[in-house]
Amino acid sequence: MVTNSRLEEILERLEKADGLEGLQSSIVSLRDEFAIDHLVYHWVDSLGAHSGVGTYSLEWRQKYEQQQFHRVDPVILGCYQRFHPVDWKQLDWSTKAARHFLRVATEYEVGNQGYSVPIRGPNGQFALFTANHTCSDEEWSAFIEEHRRMLVLIAHYFNEKALELEPDRAPEAAQNLSPREVDAMTLLAMGYSRAQVADTLSISEHTLRVYIESARFKLGALNTTHAVARALSRGLIVV
Amino acid sequence: MLRYVYAEDLHRFPKLRDTMFRDRADQFSARLGWEVNVDENGFETDQYDALNPLYVIWEMPDGTHGGSMRFLPTTGRTMINEHFSHIMGGGTVESPLVWECTRFCLKRGAPAHVAAALMLGGGEIMEGFGIVNFVGVFDARMVRIYRMIGSSPDVLGSIGEGRDQISVGLWDFTTEAKAKVAARAGLTAEQSRMWFENSFGRAVQPSDTNWAVRALA
Repeated sequence: MVTNSRLEEILERLEKADGLEGLQSSIVSLRDEFAIDHLVYHWVDSLGAHSGVGTYSLEWRQKYEQQQFHRVDPVILGCYQRFHPVDWKQLDWSTKAARHFLRVATEYEVGNQGYSVPIRGPNGQFALFTANHTCSDEEWSAFIEEHRRMLVLIAHYFNEKALELEPDRAPEAAQNLSPREVDAMTLLAMGYSRAQVADTLSISEHTLRVYIESARFKLGALNTTHAVARALSRGLIVV
Repeated sequence: MLRYVYAEDLHRFPKLRDTMFRDRADQFSARLGWEVNVDENGFETDQYDALNPLYVIWEMPDGTHGGSMRFLPTTGRTMINEHFSHIMGGGTVESPLVWECTRFCLKRGAPAHVAAALMLGGGEIMEGFGIVNFVGVFDARMVRIYRMIGSSPDVLGSIGEGRDQISVGLWDFTTEAKAKVAARAGLTAEQSRMWFENSFGRAVQPSDTNWAVRALA
């Protein structure tokens, strides 16, 4: 059972990470929390350099590199420069090379299920965040249905961190909440319900939702409560 | 039929691509009078077409464009955040769960069901990828069309008056709205889902065996 408080704790740790080790230990903890076989975050920076963290075995990573599987890996081919998340079974595994890759991946215990979130960062930076597990198609669909938004958000939080670690990166000002996001978060922090916030701001609850969604992302949070706590602790809102 | 095509794959559908960019010129430049760029081929394109956006396109029986719209994630460069921030009260909207929808275009004289079919395509994207909302810029003259197909946006902000009003809107897509829009489009949910799966592959493949086992069989 995945608990929000555990996830929040792991994300707090991720946020404080100042190197690859921090990303690595966070992704291992997340994998354990989701109780799945693997979580992997892999990125190509704006200069074309590859890096990765995750739980794939050293043997599999060596095999992948040695066989140059990135040339035939349907996950790479299907996700590069795109932005919609994919279940691996949606990809094209019909070529001989792809099936060979799948067979070897299975031998190396990658898992028979996969879900990948592609991320397009600034200046050509690109990343993939992948979850793998061994289970039936039905169990995997249920897992993805329940956790995919969380996985998409976490994928982007890893990417924010990786961008921050890029050499020569100009320090950026902390991401600012928009005036309307500040209003919404302030009222939520005061204990207003969503309906009351919407009413006070004279907007619909649908509209409120987009401000909360955007604020949650900018704050690196998992849910509204987490976002409010972070906005308060960073002094972005005052109540 | 509906096709979901990334810009980098448009070359596979040259007739659809060329007629889409010409219909966009007709709608945005000739009819709405927006200051858009139309090139020597009569194509209307902007800087966001160069960012490998995802298009949802209604293809007519003869292979030409009937209507379309364009999607980009709000975590990257978008029209609303780069040009319309002031309309939204300042600041930006950013989330991987919120995509921008722009260049909603209908071919001149397009059959009435095309607009609804496009909206249904937007609904498939939300369901298929876990997207919460779409945001986008629209012209006052589109309000009637959105209302007609049962998919009116919430307005985040507007500038201008009357016919010249330009707004930033927000769409979501509930199950009830889906049924309504499908009825307007004259399509079944199964048909719509099948077009989505034709473009993106099937995520749910009911069977006794695991997909990887089948793939390797």
